[in-house]
Amino acid sequence: MTLMSVENVSFSYGAGRRVLEDITFDVPRGSNVGLVGESGSGKSTLLRLLLGLDTPRSGRILFDGQPLEAKSGRYMRSYRRRVQAVFQDPYSSLNPAHRILRIVTEPLRSLKVPGDHRAMAEEAMAAVGLPADSLGRFPDQFSGGQRQRIAIARAIVARPELVLADEAVSALDLSTRVRVVDLFRDISERMTMVFVSHDMGVVAALCDRIVVLDRGRIVEAGETARILADPQNAYTRSLLSSIPRMPEGA
Amino acid sequence: MSDLLTVEGLTLATSETRLVEDLSFSIAPGERFGLIGESGSGKSLTALAVTGLLPPAIRPSGSIRLGGTQVVGAPERALVRLRGDAVATVFQEPLTALDPLMPLGAQIAGPVRRRLRRSSSDASRGAVRREVMALLEQVRLPEPERLTRAYPHEVSGGQRQRVAIAMALACRPRLLIADEPTTALDVTTQAEIVQLINALVKELGLGLLFISHDLPVVGQVAERVMVMQQGRAVERGSTARVLIEPEDAYTRRLVDAARRFDSALEGRP
Repeated sequence: MTLMSVENVSFSYGAGRRVLEDITFDVPRGSNVGLVGESGSGKSTLLRLLLGLDTPRSGRILFDGQPLEAKSGRYMRSYRRRVQAVFQDPYSSLNPAHRILRIVTEPLRSLKVPGDHRAMAEEAMAAVGLPADSLGRFPDQFSGGQRQRIAIARAIVARPELVLADEAVSALDLSTRVRVVDLFRDISERMTMVFVSHDMGVVAALCDRIVVLDRGRIVEAGETARILADPQNAYTRSLLSSIPRMPEGA
Repeated sequence: MSDLLTVEGLTLATSETRLVEDLSFSIAPGERFGLIGESGSGKSLTALAVTGLLPPAIRPSGSIRLGGTQVVGAPERALVRLRGDAVATVFQEPLTALDPLMPLGAQIAGPVRRRLRRSSSDASRGAVRREVMALLEQVRLPEPERLTRAYPHEVSGGQRQRVAIAMALACRPRLLIADEPTTALDVTTQAEIVQLINALVKELGLGLLFISHDLPVVGQVAERVMVMQQGRAVERGSTARVLIEPEDAYTRRLVDAARRFDSALEGRP
């Protein structure tokens, strides 16, 4: 079953040149889809469209069979409950003046989710491997990796069906990155994920499907295993071959 | 000792904390040395200490001999001279290293003119211009004429980093410090910059201090590496040995993490 489909979507800012051209792909329910591209590929613009922050110039985006109505406040409120996001920078995405409890429960308040918000926050914190007493502390008492866990807890607290992650591990140190990738894998067992990244290694570790973007177009899309083993497009091949690998032992 | 850089018992501290503790390493002329560490390891502070550019609140002790001159405690005047003659640095983000309001050609011309004047060579406009063009060619930038007139925001990230490398080379240093020079770049551009640095270091016989958190990138550049964790060296040795058979627990964790992503790329997630 398809949770989200992007159909022939094009986009440009103002009268400028097209930054996305005829983008079409599906996000099957329960899957992890990686959107891979370098700077200027249009991946960030595409993510803005998926978040409903901009609307396509042409084409359409369907969520659960219904068109995404980015301009309808009422629609967007229910959309935000079903779709949440995690961003790159764990230092700027958490309000430093707020306690973690207030940060993590923010979606519950703004979406007017009924129930015991503290209990929900505790459950979300447990899911990301942070102790419940973290809720009384402030962001500056946590490391980068822990802050990203808090951002993930905030994204999953309202039990969304889809999580959109934008370079969500790129700012983390290597050893932390591996652990947060593992956390995303755990979480993705329970929901659908779209993972936007320039880092093919991370996407390969996390996603079952990959969409490769280059200068606003999809140059290749398919199952991760197939794309890694047998990339058809020249750009995909150069992207894969540019990634430095560890030296092999004798 | 014919080492280009010899660091012995280097400790960097504020009034409250020690940021780097008892660090020793050396780099011979023409040698490519890698400093591996994550954030907070002290690797970038070490680079700043070598060039005498530490923030005033951080006090160095121990010894840093660069091209025969003691850096620790040296007066600023001596350091200024050292920073062109002996060492030049390329940083992570070329956009912040370059002046946004100055054409690229003029930015490279600055250090070229200073070097020519210092060595009492011909520092006329024509001589400076010839040297700028030669440098742009050396860093393999296409259309050097157009580039000299362009501003930093008008060229790509990879081209900006090439300009930053040209500026570093303008001083004809014997030691090049590259502090995460590929981290802010696209993967395909990263590979080109690594190739360029490797080629230039070989061509010019430079010593290289290559600082990065990215193990496979360091693996492509350095012959010897040192791994730092929270201000201390935890492991050192030949790059192949450290990346294939790490002995220290922390190094092993880094190597395992890097290999995780490698095997994911081989289709073994």
